[in-house]
Parts: sequence; C-alpha cells; structure tokens
Amino acid sequence: MLSNLGNILLFGSIFITLSIIYFAYQNIKERKFLIEKNLVYLSFFQITFIITSFLLLIFAFVFSDFSLLAVYQNSHTAKPIFYKIAGVWGNHEGSLLLWVNIMVIFSFLFFLFNYKLNKIYSLYTLLVQNILILGFLVFLISNSNPFFKILPIPSEGLGLNPILQDPALAIHPPLLYLGFVGSSIYFSAAMAAILSNSNGKNFASSIKVWVLISWSFQSLGIIVGSIWAYYELGWGGFWFWDPVENASLIPWFCMTSLVHSVLVLEKRNYLYNWVLILSIITFISSVTGTFLVRSGILNSVHTFANDPARGMYILIFLSLMIFFSFVIFFKRKINDNFYLEPISKETFILSNNWFMMFYLATVFIGTIYPIFTQVLYDTKISVGPPFYNSVIAPIIIPFLIMMAIGPRISWIKQKYNDFKSLIFILILSCAINFLIFTFLKSYNLLSNLIIISSLFLILHSLKDFIINSKTKSYYNLPSFLSHTGFGILMLFIILNHNFSKEYDLNIKVGETKKIDNIEIKFKDLKIEKRENYNAIIGDFNILDLNKNFQKNLNPEIRIYNNPQTLTFESAIKTNLQQDLYLTMSNIDGSDFYNVKFQIKPFMIWIWFAALLTASGGLLRIFLKK
Amino acid sequence: MKISFPKIISISLVAFSLIVFFLALNIEKRYSTEKIVGKSVDNFEIKFLNNDEVFKKQDLTNDKYYLINIWASWCLPCRKEHPILMTLKKENKLKIIGINFKDKKLNANNFLGELGNPYDFSLSDKDGTKSILFGVYGIPESILIDKKHKIIRKFIGPLNVKDFEDILQLVNEK
Amino acid sequence: MKNKFIIIFFYIFFIEPSAAETNKLESKIFKSLRCIVCQGQSIAESNSDFAQTIKIVVRDKIDQGDNEKEIYEFLAEKYGEWIIYKPKFNYINSLLWFSPYIVLVFGGLLIFKYLKRRKQ
Repeated sequence: MLSNLGNILLFGSIFITLSIIYFAYQNIKERKFLIEKNLVYLSFFQITFIITSFLLLIFAFVFSDFSLLAVYQNSHTAKPIFYKIAGVWGNHEGSLLLWVNIMVIFSFLFFLFNYKLNKIYSLYTLLVQNILILGFLVFLISNSNPFFKILPIPSEGLGLNPILQDPALAIHPPLLYLGFVGSSIYFSAAMAAILSNSNGKNFASSIKVWVLISWSFQSLGIIVGSIWAYYELGWGGFWFWDPVENASLIPWFCMTSLVHSVLVLEKRNYLYNWVLILSIITFISSVTGTFLVRSGILNSVHTFANDPARGMYILIFLSLMIFFSFVIFFKRKINDNFYLEPISKETFILSNNWFMMFYLATVFIGTIYPIFTQVLYDTKISVGPPFYNSVIAPIIIPFLIMMAIGPRISWIKQKYNDFKSLIFILILSCAINFLIFTFLKSYNLLSNLIIISSLFLILHSLKDFIINSKTKSYYNLPSFLSHTGFGILMLFIILNHNFSKEYDLNIKVGETKKIDNIEIKFKDLKIEKRENYNAIIGDFNILDLNKNFQKNLNPEIRIYNNPQTLTFESAIKTNLQQDLYLTMSNIDGSDFYNVKFQIKPFMIWIWFAALLTASGGLLRIFLKK
Repeated sequence: MKISFPKIISISLVAFSLIVFFLALNIEKRYSTEKIVGKSVDNFEIKFLNNDEVFKKQDLTNDKYYLINIWASWCLPCRKEHPILMTLKKENKLKIIGINFKDKKLNANNFLGELGNPYDFSLSDKDGTKSILFGVYGIPESILIDKKHKIIRKFIGPLNVKDFEDILQLVNEK
Repeated sequence: MKNKFIIIFFYIFFIEPSAAETNKLESKIFKSLRCIVCQGQSIAESNSDFAQTIKIVVRDKIDQGDNEKEIYEFLAEKYGEWIIYKPKFNYINSLLWFSPYIVLVFGGLLIFKYLKRRKQ
C-alpha cells in the first residue's frame, strides 16, 4: 500500500517535472510578457508531491513498515524514535530522496522570489533546475527506489549501524545537503544568466542569498560531522582528510570563493565570467564528490552499499552536465574588461579566491590521485594527512594576513596609510606568540608563523570592529564574526596540534602504568545490560603528578545485537583548557586491553571558533543594510 | 565556437579525468599483496613451536621449494585448507613450513593432533610480528618460495584445489 | 636592547622541537601508516588486530635504532606504498606534489595580469 502510494507520488513528480520543462520552454520560445499561472501551479504541485513522498517515507520508518526494502534494511522496531527518523537519510535511497527534495524546494523558492523581477532569466533557471531534478528523479526511481517492496514482508528489520545512532550524525546529512545540493540553484541560475544574456549585477544580487544559505549550511554540516567523528569514532581526531570529508570540503572552497566574489560582481560589475565559472563548478564538484563516495571507488570510513550501476549512472549524469555547461559557457562571447587597483577591495577578494583555488586544487588532486595511479600505473598509493598538512599549512600564513587587511579596504581604490597600526598589531601578535611560546614550550618555525598570523588576523579584526562600532554601523558584523572566528580556529588548531599528548598502551584490570608524569590506573571492569546493547564499562583513574589533578574516566565497549556490531565509546572530560580523552578496546585472546589516552588542549575553543565562523554567514542572510 | 588555449586545456583535463573515472569503476579495489612477489625472502629467525630452537633463513636449502603456511587453531578457514596441505606433504620437491600465528601452544598441538601435521618445520609466531616479514594480511596465507629463496606466489585465504594444482605445476617446472 | 630582542626573536623561530621523545615519534609513525585491513583508518586509530601487530613491529624497529624513513620503507616493501599516508616523492607522484603549486603560481600570474592592465 505504502509502496504503491510512494511510487505514484514519485511518478507524479516526474510527470510534473516534465510538464514544467515543457511549459517553461514554450514560455521562453514565445517570449510572453506574463508568466502563465500554470507554471506557478505546477511548481506548487511539484513541491507538494515531493515533500509528501518524503513524509511518507518518514512515516514508514517511524511505524516500521518492513514491506519497504529500505526500511527493512535500515531500521528496527527496538530503535528509539529519533533514530528511526534519522534512519530515513542514513541510507542511500532515503538520502537521495532528501537530495531531490532540497533541489525542488530551492527551485520553488527561487522561482517565487524572482519571477516577477526578471522573467526570461527565472524561466531559464526553472528550466535548467528541472532538467537536473528530472535526472535525479529518474536515478531515484530506476535503481535507488526508497519505495521498493519486498515479499514476503519480514517481521523485523536489520537495524541501523550503531555508530550512526547519534544525535550529531542525525542532523549532519540534512545540513550538508542544504549546502551542496542547494548549490544546484545557482548552477541553474548561472546557465540561465548566460542563456538569457542577463545583466551581471542582477545575476549577482539574485544568487547572493542562496550562496550564503548554502555556504552557512555546508559549514555547519562539516562542523557537526567532525564533532561526531571526534566523540563517536574514538580516534581523538576531528579531521582525517578522509575522501568523504574532502568531498564536502571541495564545494565549501568554491562556495567561500563565491560568497566573496559575488560581492564584486554586485558592486562593481566585474568578474562576471569568474562568478559564472564558480557557480558552475560548485555544483559540479558536489556531484563529483557524490560520485566518488557512492560508487565506492575510494576507500573511506563512510561506506554506502556500493553498486557499480549507481556509480555509472552518476558518472554519466556528471559527464553530461559538464559537457552541456561547457558548451553553454563557451558560447558566451563576452569578455570581461576591467581594471584592478593593487590596493582595493576587489584585489583582496580576488586574492581570497586565489588561495581558495589553491586549497581546492590540493584537496581535489590529493583525493583523486590514488585513482589515477591505480588506473594508469597499477600502483596503489595513499594520500593522507601528512600530505595535506605539509602542502597546505605554509600557504595558510599569507592567507590569514590578507584576510586581516582585506575587510577594511574600500572599493575601487585606496591609499593605504595605516602602516603604523599594522606594525603595531604585528608586534603585538609576535609578543603574544612569544608568551605562548615560553609558557607552553617549543614548537617549530611554521607553527610560530601560523600562530602569529592568526593572532594578527584576530587583533586586526577586533581593531576594525571597534572603529566601525563607533559609527554605530553593524553591517560589517557578519564578516567580522567569520574572519575572527577563522583566526581563532586556526590558532587553536595549531596549538592543539602542537600540544596534544597521546599514549597508547596495553593494560590489565588492576594494573597501574606511569608514563611521563601521568599515572593511568585501570581500576575495574563492569558489564551492564542496556536498552538495545550490552556495555563493558572500564573504570580508569588518571593522576597527573605535576599538576596534581585526578580524574575518573569510563570508556565503554558496546555490543549491539541488531546488527551485530562492536562499538568503542570514548570517555571525554572537557574543560576550558583541555579534553581528556580515553578509549579502550579488547585484544583478542588476551587479558590485556588496548588503551588510548589523549590530552587534547582547547578542543572546546575549536568548536566554538568553527561555529562562530559559520554564524557570520547565517547572520548576513538576515542582516540588511 | 572559437578555439583558444585555455579552452583546449580545460576540456582535455576534464575529459581525461572522466575517462579515468570510467575505467576506475571496473577496477579491483581490494587490497592485494602481490607487491611482495618476486622479492627475496628477508632474513628471519623464528622459534619452533615445540622447542626453544630457532629456524633461520640460512636453514633453507637450495634443492627444494618451500611453502610457508601461516595458520592458527582459532582460524576456521585454516581447517578447510588443511586436507590440501596434507596432500601437498606427499610432494617431495616441496617442504612445508607452518607458522603458527598468535596462538596458544596447547591449542595448536591439539589442532595438529586432530587433523594431522603437514609441516616439515613447525614454527610459532606468538605476537604476530614475524609474519609481518611475509606481508601477512589475514590468515590463512601461504607463500611459495623457489630454490633461490625468491617469493614466487602468495595465496591470501585458504588454499583451494586450483591453488593446489598451481603449486604442483610450479614445483615441477624444469 | 633592540639587538637582544632580535636575537630572542630568531631564537624562537629556528628552534625545532626535540624530536627525540620516542613517544612522539612513535605516534607520528602510527598516524602515518594506513591500517590496510580497515576502512580508512590509520594504525594509531584502529582497534584491529593487524594494527596491534604493526604497533609492536614499529616499536621493535625504533628500539633497534631504525629511523622513520627506514620503517616506512620496510613496511612499504612488504605491503606496497598503499600503507604509507605520505606518498613518496617519485616520478609517478611528482604531479601530485607539484600541481597544487602550479595552480598557485598560475593564479597569481593571472591576478597580476589584471593589475598590470591599468598601466597601459
């Protein structure tokens, strides 16, 4: 029943999408002055159909309707209701339906906001966006149908992977999707702008808010994902340069570029071609990332059920998308003509884009290079954290400096005469660095420079903000938050990187081990039966002989039954200075437990700074001049 | 459409990447240890299972092929391949070295007592570190060494009838 | 006074952390090795049996006096380059290491070109 209803809704959506494409095309061809009401109605039907189908799937998960294959494979009656709902997008089929939902919602809202302002342009946007929607709907129905039936109906589901049963991970996919699926709308808008010969300024002001929305959610999605990785995966890290993380980072670099350069286009009507290129590659890189993740051609922590047919479909779709966007883009014969003054906001924004493209290139090449060596040379290589850290870290320094100076520079041209305060802030940064250095002991040259430049960014932004607030103008608050947040983020990441301590040891119950000045005592081991798993709970006592503090930590090994899985829960004690982080795992055929104990300074500040950075984007959406 | 340099570069780069992606879809992604094949065996010193003497690389003679089999009593697939090892024992151009992997001595001897002992040399690797020299990945694994002590084949997982025939063929060449 | 300041300044910059701490070296190596039986985890992160064994081997090698590079080479010989997270600098990998910087230089030149136009 449910399955049939779902299928009807999906086929209905395909039919409506086709009609929208047809009517939009007719409208454009006839160059009518009024947009026919039927397009608005059709869009409304489309969004109703697609949201209903999504709600239907949620309904099926909540009430455990195992007649649907997707529910049977990913849910279980004993699961808490919150995770039943999260299970909807915790699998390939459901997440793809969410994907289509976001495309439709964005399409609908964009059309609603713009069709009265610029007719032909919004019709083209609607047309292109609906072609994309059609592509994903066909993919959904042909080989990833969430409403696929199974017979006979099983009485119990297989359950959701326990490491996915976590509040942070439940909201992580929707956030991320709002980000990179949302970027489809300015891909379509860019195509439309070219096809309708639309004016650069209009194009910029119509996509600006969408770029901000997608940037903010992409940032939040990435942050929530790494918070989850930090306390759930039990490795004590928060960024692993895993291919899947990279796949979310690449569109983020594009969006960050776009957030800045779209301002230049809006204010000065410069960089039109470049903004078009960025709009196009944001969505292309999102789909490329999806291809890399879902086709399973990369070895990663995130495993979706791999099916070569899926990979093939996305790849063909991707190729067509790239082909047509190239053709359309190269059709545009207009060359931008503009002049840049060395010291002007335009130049600084362009240099932001320059660094972003460097980071993007590094991450992209690092992610796909192993595929290339394997196909071309039959050699398997790994590109991991040491590569990214050593290539990217040095280039952070000039980036932070530019980021500090940029926001205060005015448009068109400025005589820079603020050298005094520049040097003062630089010396102040060095002095603070010196204090940190003597207080916390040595770190290397590169870390010194990054710390100085991030301090420079923080102090410079603060100074600018104080000067600005005298004039009671808070328009710059969002960029202040984001820039300062980013400076704090870099500062604490480097400090954390340099002063983290890690101990890896094998220990038995009742034993005490002493390393450096830390005593780790394995006091006890308990077994507890909980709602849907059994827990082996370790009782550890950490004694720091230097600072004389003592903490109890209780890591767990959880044994889940459906599906049969072991998970390792870390024990974390957080305070403003540092996190104490401890995990244990059993060693087969021995009484010993492998214990990883880590002292991670300033973790809470890293999360705070990252959220501060993202909050700037959200604030900008609501703050009007 | 006008043809220009940036156009050609960008189009060919993108096309090239897409082609590589297409090819990559059909490639074997699982890990294989074939890199070790063709290399000479490293020096090693491994204790015998039932006494404290050690077996070294120098103890390998130059007139025989060797099959190094890494096994454990707790490993179920090892049970499956055991009959094949027992049959290989009869082949007199081949000597079989068994490395007992992360196992208890008693359990290992029980296993051999129950199913028969195919090994000419029974060695023990209690913490698993010696087997790293042979690039062990997951047991059972078997490594075939020729008379010059070069690794010529590596089998991951239990030996099957086809592997058995391959071994016989390789051993009886020339 | 000024000179003293400069000396302190450079002293801070060029000091390298004492890498002699075995513990630091150990965890650095663990982090730079892939646990090949796992899904995208390093040896430091993994709880697997394989990771346990590799840890013992690495510790033994450090005790024997092998340096970082020798340990990587030893493991790469046994398991292929797949096991090392920092790709070797060789012919095949040269593009991996160079191309990000090519992009950087190229981008810089492009911006520079637009700046120079003004003077014409």
